[in-house]
Amino acid sequence: MPLLDRKGLKQNPFVRADVVDETAGPNVIVPWANVQDALAAKGKDQQIGVDLPNNVPYGEVLALADKLALVTIDFPAFTDGRAFTLARRLRNNGFQGVLRARGNLIADQFAYAFACGFDEVEPSEAVFARQPEEQWLAAARRITHTYQRNYGDVGNIMDQRRAARLAKEQADGK
Amino acid sequence: MYRYDQFDERFVRERVAQFRAQVKRRLDGSLSDDEFKPLRLMNGLYLQLHAYMLRIAVPYGTLASRQLRQLAVIADRYDRGYGHFTTRQNMQFNWIKLRDVPDIHSLLADVEMHCIQTSGNCIRNVTADHFAGVAADELEDPRPTAELIRQWSSLHPEFSFLPRKFKIAVTGAEHDRAAVKLHDIGLRILRHPDTHEIGYEVIVGGGLGRTPYVGKVVREFLPRRDLLAYLEAIVRVYNADGRRDNKFKARIKILVHEIGTEEFRRRVEEEFAQLDGPTINADPEEVARIAAYFAPPAYEKLPAKSNAYETHRATNPAFATWADANVFPHRVPGYAALTISLKAIGEAPGDITSGQMRLVADLAEKYSFDELRVTHLQNVVLAHVRQADLFAVWQKLCEADLATPNVGLVTDIIACPGLDYCALATARSIPIAQELSKRFADQERQKDIGPLGIKISGCINACGHHHIGNIGILGLEKNGVENYQITLGGDATENAAIGGHLGPGIDAKDVPDAIERLVDVYLAQREKGEVFIDTVRRIGVAPFKEAFVAKAPVKSKERENAVA
Amino acid sequence: MAQPKRVPLPAILLANDLLDGDVVFSTGDSWSRNPAEALIAYDDATADRLEAHAKAAFAAQIVVDAYLVDVSIDAAGVPTPRHFRERFKSLGPSHRPDLGKQAQYGNAHPR
Repeated sequence: MPLLDRKGLKQNPFVRADVVDETAGPNVIVPWANVQDALAAKGKDQQIGVDLPNNVPYGEVLALADKLALVTIDFPAFTDGRAFTLARRLRNNGFQGVLRARGNLIADQFAYAFACGFDEVEPSEAVFARQPEEQWLAAARRITHTYQRNYGDVGNIMDQRRAARLAKEQADGK
Repeated sequence: MYRYDQFDERFVRERVAQFRAQVKRRLDGSLSDDEFKPLRLMNGLYLQLHAYMLRIAVPYGTLASRQLRQLAVIADRYDRGYGHFTTRQNMQFNWIKLRDVPDIHSLLADVEMHCIQTSGNCIRNVTADHFAGVAADELEDPRPTAELIRQWSSLHPEFSFLPRKFKIAVTGAEHDRAAVKLHDIGLRILRHPDTHEIGYEVIVGGGLGRTPYVGKVVREFLPRRDLLAYLEAIVRVYNADGRRDNKFKARIKILVHEIGTEEFRRRVEEEFAQLDGPTINADPEEVARIAAYFAPPAYEKLPAKSNAYETHRATNPAFATWADANVFPHRVPGYAALTISLKAIGEAPGDITSGQMRLVADLAEKYSFDELRVTHLQNVVLAHVRQADLFAVWQKLCEADLATPNVGLVTDIIACPGLDYCALATARSIPIAQELSKRFADQERQKDIGPLGIKISGCINACGHHHIGNIGILGLEKNGVENYQITLGGDATENAAIGGHLGPGIDAKDVPDAIERLVDVYLAQREKGEVFIDTVRRIGVAPFKEAFVAKAPVKSKERENAVA
Repeated sequence: MAQPKRVPLPAILLANDLLDGDVVFSTGDSWSRNPAEALIAYDDATADRLEAHAKAAFAAQIVVDAYLVDVSIDAAGVPTPRHFRERFKSLGPSHRPDLGKQAQYGNAHPR
C-alpha cells in the first residue's frame, strides 16, 4: 500500500494483522474491534497501531492514546469527511501519536488531511494508480494559504493580516 | 463593499488555477467522473438538462457596477446573452461549456468574484438582508458578519465534505428579510438586554426541501467575538453526526429533529467548551477592518422629502404606481431604496439580459454609489438613491422593461428554473409563473390584492421556496403528466411558517383558476387593511380549501366518457 | 443477478458531451447533437450496441450521463422521447423557442 507524507512516498513499516502474537512483527496495525486484545498481548518492543472506522467516539480512542503508536482513520468514500473531524478532535484533545488517513481519499484532499492533523496518507491502490505521488504533492501546493487560523497553517491569511497590522503599528509608533 | 486585499486576490487566483488543473486531470483520466463531480460542484458547475450551468457567488447579494458589467460580458461571450438571479442571491448562467469554465473563473477573478462553494456538500453563499445598511429597523449591517463567515468557510479543510449542503443567513434588523429561520444556521444580530453588547441569536436546523422545518434557537446570545468558534462547533457536530445513509435525510435539520434541540444544543456546547476561542476567532481588529468596507457612503444632507419627487408623483400616475410598490423607505433623509423588478409580466422570473445588466450597472454607478443588491426574491435593489433622482431612474428602467411596478405583489412571483432547465426537476415552473403573471397583470387589481407572495418550485428540492410562499406551488408528475400541488400560509419573515397542502394536485392549465379562487376568498373575507397572509392566519385554511376543491376539474374518467 | 429492467423499445440513447455539456445522441458509432440523427434501437441487439458505444465513450472521456430513452416514431421516422422530461432535453426550454435544439434543428414543444 502506498504511504505518503508532506514530502512524498515513504516507507511503511507497519503490517496489518488481526491479532498480535510473536509472528506479527515489530509494527502491527490491528482492526479497532481487536485493539484491546492487541494491547494486552503487546510485546515490550512492539508498536501497535489501529485501523479506525471514521465514526468511533473520539473519547474511546483517547482512552488508549498513550498506548498506540499509530492511529489510522478510514475514508470509506472521499465524499465522507468524518475522518477530518475525528482527527481534529483527537488533536484538540492532546493526541500526539501518528495519525494516518487511509482509504478512498483523493489527491485534492491531501492538504486538508494535514490541516486536520494527519501526518500521513495511505490512499487506496485504485486511486493511487490514477493519481501518482506527483499529483498529491502538486495538489497540496495549489493553495498557498487559506483563511482558517487553527488548521496548522502558520501563514494563514487572518494571522498574516494581524502580523501586518502589528508591524504597521510598530512602524507608526516609531 | 468589501474589496480584496493581496491575500484574497491570491487565494482566488490560485483557486482558478486549481480548477483548471482539475479539468485537465478529468480529461486525462486521473480523476474519475465520480471524483470530479464534487470538485466541479464546489466550483459552481452543474450539469443540467441542456448544458452545464454555472452558479456565480454574489456574496450576501452585493455587487459593484463593474462586477455586473463583467457578468454581462460573460453572458454575451460564453452564454446566450442573459443570466438568472437565484433565491440565494447568486447568478446562474444556463448554457456554459466546461471547456470555457476556467477562463470564466479567470474573468470573474478579474473583478473580485468567484464560484467557490456555490454548490457541493460544503458551506454555501452566506445570504443577508437586501436592505442591509439602509433599513430603519436595522440594528447593525449584517454584511460584515456575512463576509467574515464567507472567508472562514472558504476551502475549509474540515468542512468541505459534509453530509450535505450547508446554508447560512444573517439578519441585523427587526424584520427578517433574509429568512434566517429557514436556513441550516440563521444568525440574528441583537443587543444583549443587560450588558448591551452586540452578539447573535443562533438558530439551527431550518430548511425547506423534502421535509421543511423552521429552525430552533440553539443559543440565545452568542458574544460577537465567539462567532467563528461557535460555528466551528456546530458544523463539527453536524459533520460527525449528520446522517450519511440517505441523501434526503442528510441535512442538519434532520439531525436536530431526530436527536432533539436539547441534545443537539448539548453536543454543540460541549464541543464549543473544548475550543480555544482566541486561536480560532477573528480578532476585533479584523472584524473592524471588514466592517469598515460597509460604512455608510457619503450621503448628502437632504431634506426628508424631495419636492421634485413629490411633484413627479403627483403629476405622473404611472410613476406614482411604481414608487408605491417598488420604493422602500431609507433611514437617511432624502434617500430611498428602490427595487428593480425582474418579474415583467409574462417573462421568466429573475432572468436579466446582458443589455439590462449594463443598464442596471450604469444606474447603480450613477445613482446609487456604484452598488446594487440581488434579493433572494430574484429582484435587484439600488439601495442609496436620492428621492430627487427616482424619476430619472424610473424613466431609464421603463426603456429597458425593468419598471414593472409589482414588488411584493401577486405578480412578483418566485420561480426556480424548473424542468425547462434543471436536471433535478419533475415539472416546469417558469410557464406557470408566466401564466399567473398574465392572469393577474391588471395593475389596479394587483394593488387591490396587496402583498401576496407566490413561490413556485419545479421539484421537491424546493429551490423556489414554495413552502414559505403565502401561496406555494410544487410541480410534480402524475401519470406521465405535470401535476401541481398548492400550499397555503407559508411565510418567509420573522413569522416563519411552512404552508399547508390544500388538496390533490392539479393540471397546469387549472392553476391560474385555482389561484384566482384563493384570492377571491381573501378578497371576500378580509378585514380592512388586512393583507393576504394575515387573513389566512385569522380565518384558517378551511375556507380556502373549500374554494380550492370546489370547481375542481372534471375527473379524468368522466372526461373520457364525455369525449367518447 | 437480475438486470434492471430496460426501457421499452424502440429507444434512442442520449448523453451529455463532457467538454461542451450539449445533449448528444448516439448514431451507433458517433455522436450527433441533432435528435433526428439518433440511431433507433428496435431490438435488444441494437440497444446493446448503443450502450456499448456509450460505455466506451464514457471511458474515453467523451460523454457522461448516457442512458436509453424510449421513443415514439413519427411518419418521417424521426424519434421523439415519450416522457416529457426527455422531450425537453431534446428540444430546449419551452418558454424560449429561440434557444436549444428546437431553434437549431426545428421541431417544437407541443403547444
